Amino acid sequence: MKCFVGVDLGSTTTKAVLLDDQLRVLGRGITNSRLNYETAARVAKQEAMIDTRMALIHRGLAGIAALEGQLDDVLAGIERNFRLEQFLEQLDDLEQTCRDALTSDRLKPVADRAGAALDEIFGPLRDEAAALFAPGAARKSDFFRDIAGSRYMALGEPAARRARLPFELLLNVYDRSIIEVENRPPSEDLAGKFGRAVNRLLAETAALKAAEAEAQAQVDQVLALELAETYTVGTGYGRVTLPFSKEHIRSEILCHGLGAHMMYPDTRTVLDIGGQDTKAIQVDDQGIVENFQMNDRCAAGCGRYLGYIADEMNLGLHELGPMAMKSEKAVRINSTCTVFAGAELRDRLALGEKREDILAGLHRAIILRAMSILSRSGGVNDQFTFTGGVAKNEAAVRELRKLIEENYGELTLNINPNSIYTGALGAAAFARRAIEDETQGVAA
Amino acid sequence: MTQTQSDTGVAKDRSMLMQKAMMGRHYDRLTSVQESGAKVCSTFVPGNLNELVMCFDLVNNLPETNAIQNGLRKKSGNFVMEAERLGHSEDVCTYVKSDIGMLAKGNLAPNGKPLPDPDVLLLSYTGCFTFMKWFELLRDQYGCPTIMLHVPYQGDGRVTDNMRDYVVKQLKEEVIPTLERVSGVKFDIDRLREYLRESVAAEDKLVRVLESAKHRPSPIDAYFGGIYYIGPIFGAFRGTPEATEFYTALEQEVEARRAAGQGPITPDGPMGPERYRLVVEGPPNYTSFRDFWKMFYGEGAVVVASSYTKVGGVYDMGFRHDPDRPLETLAEYCFGCYTNRSLPQRIKMLARYVEEYQADGFLTNSIKSCNSFSAGQLLIMREVERRTGKPAGFIESDLVDPRYFSAANIRNRLESYFQMIEQKRRGRVPAGGVA
Repeated sequence: MKCFVGVDLGSTTTKAVLLDDQLRVLGRGITNSRLNYETAARVAKQEAMIDTRMALIHRGLAGIAALEGQLDDVLAGIERNFRLEQFLEQLDDLEQTCRDALTSDRLKPVADRAGAALDEIFGPLRDEAAALFAPGAARKSDFFRDIAGSRYMALGEPAARRARLPFELLLNVYDRSIIEVENRPPSEDLAGKFGRAVNRLLAETAALKAAEAEAQAQVDQVLALELAETYTVGTGYGRVTLPFSKEHIRSEILCHGLGAHMMYPDTRTVLDIGGQDTKAIQVDDQGIVENFQMNDRCAAGCGRYLGYIADEMNLGLHELGPMAMKSEKAVRINSTCTVFAGAELRDRLALGEKREDILAGLHRAIILRAMSILSRSGGVNDQFTFTGGVAKNEAAVRELRKLIEENYGELTLNINPNSIYTGALGAAAFARRAIEDETQGVAA
Repeated sequence: MTQTQSDTGVAKDRSMLMQKAMMGRHYDRLTSVQESGAKVCSTFVPGNLNELVMCFDLVNNLPETNAIQNGLRKKSGNFVMEAERLGHSEDVCTYVKSDIGMLAKGNLAPNGKPLPDPDVLLLSYTGCFTFMKWFELLRDQYGCPTIMLHVPYQGDGRVTDNMRDYVVKQLKEEVIPTLERVSGVKFDIDRLREYLRESVAAEDKLVRVLESAKHRPSPIDAYFGGIYYIGPIFGAFRGTPEATEFYTALEQEVEARRAAGQGPITPDGPMGPERYRLVVEGPPNYTSFRDFWKMFYGEGAVVVASSYTKVGGVYDMGFRHDPDRPLETLAEYCFGCYTNRSLPQRIKMLARYVEEYQADGFLTNSIKSCNSFSAGQLLIMREVERRTGKPAGFIESDLVDPRYFSAANIRNRLESYFQMIEQKRRGRVPAGGVA
């Protein structure tokens, strides 16, 4: 099967999208960006391929009568168990890497005690893994680094005490090892992991057991299908460092414009508020970028502004929006400087303003910045598509909706749940087009 | 061929080396006035009355040129900070701050010798308000005679007889008598005519050089290369046989490249295939001049016309100094400087460039500390885009303050802009869509 891949290497996360030759999305993958961009790109790509195979398995199992009514549970079960297998594989790698670290000259004298401490960390970690991926279990993050890291810290502290070792020593071992693990090329053994996942699920689910042979045949068929990476295009901040040649790299502005067009073909204006930049893009009816503006010199009004405020208020980033939604009167906050906004925030708190109201004001401030960039780019035209991490924040969306209506009248505002993949989607479409150009070039 | 390698390994045209040598002579002349006994007149590039100044045997010192030299030599950063330490705000024009900082740090010319104090300050006010404040500071510093030549702004897009007479009157009653008094030299109008004749010869050649960019590929870069080309005529050489000699050589060199179908010479040697033709509005950045240029030629982008190379006189719209009307022609020259033109005039000029030079796009480099260029720039951009249908791009940097040149951001935008032009040129995307 021919696949066209788009990779968007961002400052925080790396995304990949797989398209078929009809420009249909086959799968999406995401991972945390890391030191080794090549690995980040490979992991994201592999995740998109896993997603693709899951979708294909879905299609295959849909025809099995015995699974009727249980299909979603079965699929969720396969995915959960696959993730568990993946987690265990990485956990083995991490443990081995940590143990190898103990053989260094510096750590040799304490290797025995440190080894015992690692037993106390990795034993429970492995035991509780199944529960982490149990049905309905909530995980704070889907990235291995985050899950394993937070548990390592929690289990490591008492383990260090019992081993009469400074906790920093274990921390140091972890820090070095996780970087090594993360930057190793991902394991390719997908069939093995899918196989083990299905076996685990067979033990849990009677319905699947009943259709075992049929289901197994479908899964095998999907796993046997070759996903050929016909052409790949990379984009995003790290694009110059992507291990791709120049023809395989496109600016994130173009990819964003085209991606938004693919999601909503009537899009004319795109606003993207990411971690460290805000982009306003005008596109024509073909998704071709007509004009764009970005913040420069200063990152006030970007996603990081909210991150800073969350830190200042000791809140989680995802808690800001819901809290601001409770406000009844927004406090006016300056929007020109992130650090000043922090000072203003403390000042307002001291004056007795409610946190909700201050937060509502902060959300308004960030959107006011975006409004100015939008007008510089040529205003807002129907339809208007909002992308980036901040598009997930309901309070930001509410302010945007309000200001857009006040300034440009009523128009359609699109926010796609997969908007984080907008750039990667556009890149994948460029990959598809590159092949089209090549074949036309040959014909000419 | 005319391309040579300088001692720093950077490729330069013969004309660029000639220009460099002229610059060297200019500074040697300035820094040896104590020995030569010459007197010094400080004045600005836009509205620079070099022919008149030479009539009084005065040596022309141009503070912006000094700031540019300090920018190119990576010295302006410290000077700007020094000026800020002395109390000048962060938002003030960085040419001014570089100049003030340089004064505070010994006022050394690029040749390492101290620049002389001016004997007279001649301000021809041609649209940049900052120049007035700058000369106030210099007057305060030097306490020397200061002449303010007020040139009315072309608000209605035309120069009336009244406006011209007003400037001529000032020349007769203020400028010339003061220069006579300071220099001790009697004004001789025939001498002025002689210089003006020399100016015309250079102006004709400069215009032919600039218009060579209408060819494909363009044999010149009219922004980055253009800055070398305008040096002599915008500075202390207009009206001299040296300038005419320079433009003769330049024209030959450019013509040879054109005939051979070659593009401009960049610091890395001859430019590769021409992929994007641009019209650029706004001054360049000088502190990272070569890196900035590379972001263009590295992608095959050549600037075919720019407004910045018109700040010291707009010759390609037909103006020439007229030796038969010496004072009137000086007035008309001042009226026509780019910053003295109204926004509709600038739009018309830039849109004309886009069309006549068959540009693929219109790019604005917005200078953080330059109000006379930045005011109205976004409106200009939108209107030029509307009239020509060519995609517009926008980047931000500064003249000589290195803190405001963010290479990663500028490169990111330029790359996106070039790809946008490319995409528009192809004009199609894959069919279909997904939700």
